[in-house]
Amino acid sequence: MKPGFLAKNPSVLTFLLVLAVVTLGVTFLSEAYGSGVISTSMVKTLGKTLCLCLIAIAMDLIWGYTGILSLGHFAFFGLGGYMVGMWLMYARTREIVLSSAAGVLPMTPQELQDAIATQIFGVVGSSDLPLVWSFAGSLPMQLLLVVLVPGVLAFLFGWFAFKSRVTGVYLSILTQAMTLALSLYLFQNDSGLRGNNGLSGLQNIPGLEAAGQDAVSVWFLWASAGALALGYLAVAFVVSGKFGSVIRGIRDDEARVRFLGYSVETYKLFVFTLTAVIAAIAGALYYPQAGIINPAEIAPIASIYLAVWVAIGGRGRIYGAVVGAAFVSLVSTWFTGGRAPDLPLGFYTVKWVDWWSVLLGLSFVLVTLFAPKGLAGLVDLLEGLRPPKRGGTPLGPSEGSLREEEAVE
Amino acid sequence: MSQLLEVSGVSVTFDGFRAINNLSFSIGEAELRAIIGPNGAGKTTFMDIVTGKTKPDEGRVLWGEKSQNLLRMNEAQIARIGIGRKFQRPTVFEDQSVAENLMMALRADRGPWSVLFWRPSRGDHFKVEALASQVGLGDQLARKSGELSHGQKQWLEIGMLLAQEPKLLLVDEPAAGMTLAEREQTTALLVELAKTRAVVVVEHDMDFVRRLGCKVTVLHEGSVLAEGSLDHVTTNRQVIEVYLGR
Repeated sequence: MKPGFLAKNPSVLTFLLVLAVVTLGVTFLSEAYGSGVISTSMVKTLGKTLCLCLIAIAMDLIWGYTGILSLGHFAFFGLGGYMVGMWLMYARTREIVLSSAAGVLPMTPQELQDAIATQIFGVVGSSDLPLVWSFAGSLPMQLLLVVLVPGVLAFLFGWFAFKSRVTGVYLSILTQAMTLALSLYLFQNDSGLRGNNGLSGLQNIPGLEAAGQDAVSVWFLWASAGALALGYLAVAFVVSGKFGSVIRGIRDDEARVRFLGYSVETYKLFVFTLTAVIAAIAGALYYPQAGIINPAEIAPIASIYLAVWVAIGGRGRIYGAVVGAAFVSLVSTWFTGGRAPDLPLGFYTVKWVDWWSVLLGLSFVLVTLFAPKGLAGLVDLLEGLRPPKRGGTPLGPSEGSLREEEAVE
Repeated sequence: MSQLLEVSGVSVTFDGFRAINNLSFSIGEAELRAIIGPNGAGKTTFMDIVTGKTKPDEGRVLWGEKSQNLLRMNEAQIARIGIGRKFQRPTVFEDQSVAENLMMALRADRGPWSVLFWRPSRGDHFKVEALASQVGLGDQLARKSGELSHGQKQWLEIGMLLAQEPKLLLVDEPAAGMTLAEREQTTALLVELAKTRAVVVVEHDMDFVRRLGCKVTVLHEGSVLAEGSLDHVTTNRQVIEVYLGR
C-alpha cells in the first residue's frame, strides 16, 4: 500500500515530537504543575510564542508556498483577538456587575446590559452597547465570529485584489493599506471597540477565577500547542498533494498554471482566506494570554515583522516559519525586556532596549543577502543539500518565485 | 466537416500598432496546420487571442459544435475546454519533479476543493509513467525538472500538454533548439497527434514545415496572406515578395 501521510512527511513527526516535549517540559517546570523554575509570566510568553508560530505558518503558506507577500495578516490576527476579547470583557464585566448588585433589587435584562455597557464604555464616554457587541454575551457566537469576521474580510479583500490581478509589490502595498485602515478605524472611539484603550483584562477568564493565573497560563500553553500542532498538520496536508504543486506553481510561474486550466485567482483567494482564518485563530489564543489588545497591535509594522520572522526562519518550508517566529520573538523578548546586558564600547554604551530593532533590521538584511534560506538552511547544511546551480536565475518568472539560493537541488 | 475553432474578422491594436488585422482562420477536428510568416506577422498574438491572454478589439472566436464564444472566457476556462498551448521556450515548474509536473497537468477537476482532497489513484500513477516514457523521461520521474536539459524540458512540456488531453494543440516553434534527430521525433509525434485532434504549429523553419506535409497558412502584417499546401503558397507571388524572397 501507499506510504502514509506522516511517513511521506517526516518533518511533521519530528515537529510534533519537539512540540510535545517542549509543552510537557514547560508544564513540569511551571509554578502550577511542576517545580516552579519557569515563572507564570514566562509560561505566558511561551504560550504567546506558540501562537506567533501559528500565524508564521499561515504567513509561510501564503508567502513561502503561494508567493504572495501579504503584509497584512496581523489584521486578521488582531480581529481574532478582538472577537474573543469582546466575550471575555463582556462576560467578566457581567459577573462584576452582578456581584456588586447582589442583595440589591434584581435587575431586568435591560438594566443589566446598560450597567455592563456603562462599565465597558465609560472610558470612551459612552454608555450604549454598540451594535458590534450584539453577540458578546455568547461564547459560541463570538468563537464563530473569530473565524467568520476575518474570513469574510479576507475573502472580500482577496476577491477584489485578485480578480483585478493585482500582484507583487502592489498587492503587498494594498495589504499594508488594509491593515493600516483597520487600525486607524479601530483607534476611533466610535468604532465600538473602545478606541485606543482597546480591550483589557482579557487574562481573567470568566468562570475560571478560582483556578488562578498560574494554572490558566499552562492551560493556554496547551491550547496554543494543540492549535499549533493542528495548524501544522493542516498546512502540511495542504502543501503535500496536488494542491501544493499548484500553489508552488503559482509562486514560480502563474501564467503557466493558468494555461494548465487552473483558475489562479480562485486558488489565491482560497489560500488568502484560509491563512486569514489560521491567523485569526492564533490571535484568539494569543490575546487572552497577553491580557490586552489595542489597535496598535495591528499597525502595519506588525505584519512586516511577521514577514521578517518567516524570512529569517526560511520561507517555503513549514518548520522554517516556526523556527523563525519562535527564535526571533523570544530573542526579541529577551533584548527588549531589559535583561540583556549592556554592551560598553568605551565611547558609547549600547542599550539593547534601544538598539534591538536596529540589530533585527540588520540581521534581516544580512539574511536576505547572504543566507536566503534562513535558519532552515542549517538543516540543509546538515543533510548536505545544496542549492541548484542556475547561474543566478530564479525558478520562475513570477515575482514571488523561489530564488536560486532558496531552492534545494 | 465541422470546424473546431473558427476565428473571424479579428483585429487587435497595441498602442496604435495593428498586430492583428481582420484575421480569419478555422481548423477542423483532426487536422494539422502550420502557420508561417515573418517576424511581427502576428503569429504569437494570434495564439494569445485564442488562449485568452489577449482580448481582441473586434471579431469573433468560436469553439466546438456548440459555437462557444472564447472571448468571454479567461485563460483557465479556455484551457479546461480543451485548448493546450506549448510555449516557444520550455516552461515547466522547475522546483518540482517530473512526476509532479505531469500529475498537475493530468486531466482532472481543477477546482480548489477537489484538488485539495485529490490523491493519485493507481491509474493516475500509471498514466504519468506512460506519459513520461512516451516523451523519453521514463527514468527521470523523481528528478526536479529544473535539472533537465533544454531538450528534456521541451519534451516534458509536450508530455504535460498530452496529459491535459486537449482537443486543440497550439505549438509555438517546437523545433527551436532541437537536434536533427529530435526534430524528426517531434515531426512524427505531431503528425501522429493530428490524427485524433487539431494541431496548429507556428514555425519559422521551412524544412520542418515541409516535413509536416500539411496545409499551411501564411500570415503577414496581421492577416492571412495565403493558404494551401506548402507548394501552393511558396509559388504565390505575394508570399515570395514578403517572406521567402528576402
